[in-house]
Amino acid sequence: MAKYIAKRIMAALFTIFVAATITFFLMKLVPGSPFTSEKTNEIAQAALNEKYGLDKPIYVQYGKYIGQLLNGDLGVSLKIQKNVPVTKIIEDSFPISAQIGGLSILFAIAFGIPLGCIAALKRGKWQDGVIRVFSTAGIAIPGFVIATTSMLIFSINLGWFPTYGLDEPSSYILPVFTLGFYPMCYIARLLRSSMLEAMGQDYIRTAKAKGMSVFVITFKHAMRNSLIPVITYIGPLVAYTLTGAFVVEKVFNIPGLGRYFIKSIENRDYNMIMGTTVFLATLIILMNLLCDILYKIVDPRIKLTK
Amino acid sequence: MNKVIFKKPTAILLLVVMVISTALAGCAKKDTTKNNANTGANGEFDLNVQVGPEPGTIDPSLNTTVDGATLINHAFEGLMKINDKGEVVNGQAASYTVSKDNLVYTFKIRDDAKWSDGKPVTANDFVYSWRRAVNPATGSEYNYMIEMVKNASDIMAGKKDPSELGVKAVDDKTFEVTLTSPTTYFIEIAAFPTTYPLREDVVSKNPDTWATDPKTYVGNGPYVLDSWDHQAKMVYVQNKNYYDVDKLGPDKINFVLMDDQNTILSAFKNGDILFGDDLPSEEIAAMKDKGLYIVGQLGTYFLCINTSKKEFSDPKVRQALSLALDRQYLVDNVAKGGQQPADTFVATGLADADANKQFHDTATPWYDLKDYKGNIEKAKKLLAESGYPNGKGFPSIELSTNPGHEAIMEAVQNMWTENLGLNVTITSEDWNVFVETRKSGNYQIARHGWLADYNDPISFLDMWVTGGGNNDAKWSNKDYDALIKTVKTSTDRNERYTAMHKAEDILAKEMPIIPIYYYTDLYLKSDKLQGFYSSPLGFKYFMYTSLSK
Repeated sequence: MAKYIAKRIMAALFTIFVAATITFFLMKLVPGSPFTSEKTNEIAQAALNEKYGLDKPIYVQYGKYIGQLLNGDLGVSLKIQKNVPVTKIIEDSFPISAQIGGLSILFAIAFGIPLGCIAALKRGKWQDGVIRVFSTAGIAIPGFVIATTSMLIFSINLGWFPTYGLDEPSSYILPVFTLGFYPMCYIARLLRSSMLEAMGQDYIRTAKAKGMSVFVITFKHAMRNSLIPVITYIGPLVAYTLTGAFVVEKVFNIPGLGRYFIKSIENRDYNMIMGTTVFLATLIILMNLLCDILYKIVDPRIKLTK
Repeated sequence: MNKVIFKKPTAILLLVVMVISTALAGCAKKDTTKNNANTGANGEFDLNVQVGPEPGTIDPSLNTTVDGATLINHAFEGLMKINDKGEVVNGQAASYTVSKDNLVYTFKIRDDAKWSDGKPVTANDFVYSWRRAVNPATGSEYNYMIEMVKNASDIMAGKKDPSELGVKAVDDKTFEVTLTSPTTYFIEIAAFPTTYPLREDVVSKNPDTWATDPKTYVGNGPYVLDSWDHQAKMVYVQNKNYYDVDKLGPDKINFVLMDDQNTILSAFKNGDILFGDDLPSEEIAAMKDKGLYIVGQLGTYFLCINTSKKEFSDPKVRQALSLALDRQYLVDNVAKGGQQPADTFVATGLADADANKQFHDTATPWYDLKDYKGNIEKAKKLLAESGYPNGKGFPSIELSTNPGHEAIMEAVQNMWTENLGLNVTITSEDWNVFVETRKSGNYQIARHGWLADYNDPISFLDMWVTGGGNNDAKWSNKDYDALIKTVKTSTDRNERYTAMHKAEDILAKEMPIIPIYYYTDLYLKSDKLQGFYSSPLGFKYFMYTSLSK
């Protein structure tokens, strides 16, 4: 196991390096500059390019960036928060995104798993029908619709929650609901189908024949095997959700990391693009590793050393 | 074996919860105060307003945005300032004198002008800031605002040392500026953020980061930045050392940082903010009489024709394209932001030679806005004269734009196709890419917009001199260049304005650009908020506001 993890970590570092390299060159291929302005001031632009090393050939810039990266230095923001270190921006905004994201994953699991179980157990009955319609709708409706509609109803018409920010505990409810709604529905659907499949297996029939209670059969035998696809889904979901969701953060004006992914590209803020990408890549790779280890715990038949 | 099995799902769930709670660790909440009231504890007046998203910078030398300037105006003050009537009045300067040749300005700084940390504002603070702005190492994109100062252009180009700039601290309270050529609007420049004083001891210690930390953000304006939650809000409190502190309104101004138009509107409707600087354009009609204000702005929205392309070299073609547009329709049915249809290039709101009149009102209209049918006839005739009757044989036109302007471009496309029989396509590029495309002349016709930096028509007309950095139309006219030179060197107000009107008439004849409308500034303001004002450049002023019951 230890050897496996060590191997995986080495591979992860290599993957991050590749991701950083590809992003770097793709980003430089896109036309435009962080200092593009409607009002031309060529001298000032040249001075800015020189100051931030953008006047150097691309391979020099790349070498310099990778050197910095090895030292844990992500450079400073060129435009979005001019001259602020990228690491500080991530440090400030990631905890906020992670908080909202973590809560919404908890919400998705806490409601998605029971809903999936109920639907599977009551297959073909009205409970199943209601849950299926509900979860299909949840997957079909885009996040910004849920966000703006819930804001319109609960914040403006009913006045229960604030319209922006995270200043009060109640301000968390709408963003967490919006962000957790899709994964909740997805988990419910995933679990329903994998559970139905498990319920049809021979060992379940054996368990039934032995006279075990429905509760034991469901949670002890069927559930365990049904969780594999859910775990596969939750791994990357955790990475993506913790690093923030653009739509939710924009609509509810949450100062998280998610908005920077889009904003940094729009602004050609090179160091921010690189910083956020490397950070997200690292997190995804970590989560995938964690998932693989979780598989092993859930299903001992899976071999990690493959 | 059996015993272990039941524990494992529990273990899995536990692990998931652990992962998440690790991520949550250290996420202690910073601020738990209730935020949606505009009166704070002890009956304090805490004002919540929105003027823009997270600013890229609030360093007065580096700022390039209108919302950034609003934030800076609350923490800094220049020699001059804009009052609630839009007039330029003394700010940090107690008085000033101008030499007979109009080249030397001598400002006396107020005795009670102080920094937020209590130190007096001195002439050296201005000398430092002005030199910093023109120093190429600073990378100030708006330093051309003071290019009329002696040696400024050479310093910006790296040919001279910043210490050679024509500014001098005669003594602690006397600041002297020497100009290269007389500049009638120089006093207004002295109210622009690039010219605000800076503290050398503070800035030189952290030249790149002093303006990112409230602790080192020392200003001389009415308010002080107290805290900054990035992407959330900036809290400004009164500067107790400001000379006019007794007249200030809000005890605290919370600049809420937002960029989503729907969120801004929702927060405004909910009363969470009393001022919002943006709203979705489809809500404009619904918000009329509900707090929406539409005020003039010194700017023009237009199409820029690449005159270096063969197909557009004939002014008759350019005239025809311009005449075939129904600007009233574009404004009323497409833009829908209360804009004013344009019949000249220089926007409304700029003063004429007689300061009580508007430059626009005494200018000759380029075409008759009301006679759309007649204009179409003229357009058809001109196009035929140019050798393309009914548009036959004219090459396909590509109309370049950036996202957000497609609707107007489509309407233009339609008008040109229907009225002139031309084949028009639209391409939309990312803002950064679009600006470079336009600048490099790699386009046929492109959307354009221009906002003045100061209240003088030359801010518009200077754009089209031969080889100018912003002359995206690649247009050149010797008479025009000569007139602009006169405008820039003359000190005679009448002579200047006559020349500017003449220059604009040349533009009308040559039509390298097609004006569409004059910009408006839209904002939401609660009826409760009194004493608010904005400047023609779009800067917002909240320091003297109060709440009505």
